[in-house]
Amino acid sequence: MEALTILNWVLDGLLGVSLFSLAWLALASPDIFKAIVLFISFGLLMALAWVRLNAPDVALAEAAIGAGLTGALLLAAFARLEDISIGASDGEEVQSHIQHDSNEEPK
Amino acid sequence: MERSRWLLPLLLMLCLGLGYTVLSMPEPVEGLPEMLVDNMEVAGVSNPVTAVLLNFRGYDTLLEMGVLLVALLGVWSLGGIPDYRESSPGLVLDIMSRQLVPVLILVAGYLLWVGADAPGGAFQAGSLLGAAGVLLLLCGWRIGNRCSGLPLRFLLILGLGMFVVAGTGLLLIGGEFLQYPSPVARELILMIEAAATLSIGATLAAMFLGSLPGGADK
Repeated sequence: MEALTILNWVLDGLLGVSLFSLAWLALASPDIFKAIVLFISFGLLMALAWVRLNAPDVALAEAAIGAGLTGALLLAAFARLEDISIGASDGEEVQSHIQHDSNEEPK
Repeated sequence: MERSRWLLPLLLMLCLGLGYTVLSMPEPVEGLPEMLVDNMEVAGVSNPVTAVLLNFRGYDTLLEMGVLLVALLGVWSLGGIPDYRESSPGLVLDIMSRQLVPVLILVAGYLLWVGADAPGGAFQAGSLLGAAGVLLLLCGWRIGNRCSGLPLRFLLILGLGMFVVAGTGLLLIGGEFLQYPSPVARELILMIEAAATLSIGATLAAMFLGSLPGGADK
């Protein structure tokens, strides 16, 4: 029993630390694609955290909407941004616009 | 340089606003869980989360459905978003989606049904339907022109519409807005949830597509 409690603490601690580090990495990453992937993995870990907090309803919603569909929407937007930058003649400038916009995009 | 001069006061204002909001938050009401437990028998469902979302605070959920609809309208009103590049989905995605989409639809139905008594419900089921739609869209499937007009729009407003119709119907027979009489509460909630599930799934998939379906072909 005692060992199980300690294991739970270790698990929760790991979960919390990785959540914070994933969140920071996602925000600080200059590469948009990497940031999106990190955001999706953040959502999945967040779902685990909700399970640990005994909120399975929220965990289901987080996994399905937060990680799954938001991730898909972000990736879709990213694909379109790439399309635009390929289509434009001066791809360099558009790329910098994209980088700039991504910093202000609310998540 | 110009930007950084304004940034600091703006950030300070934001911090002050946030701090004020956090400090002036109302005290959490005591005894809400007990109140919920005491009223569970009139809720019509045995899952407390569903009872709160669809019955006791049904108005919030109604507005949430409205927010989803407005979000989709916002995406559509951007207009002129190019469709995805034509690309063949590849063998893996093609076969996987053939296997996965029926399973996703089945699980969505299960989550909707089980939401009355266990974790689950309209939003989870709807987002699974949405995910199935996203998979299909990724495989190159597009909604036919015949269905992209009225039928699609009907599906999109079905959830909000059912909510409003149920609420207004209750008003007409002499009740309060969205205050379900407890003998039929379960059926009403299931009906609203089923409609909401379809709408949420359609809305999310349409959001993924981005452009107004059918409009690009004209």
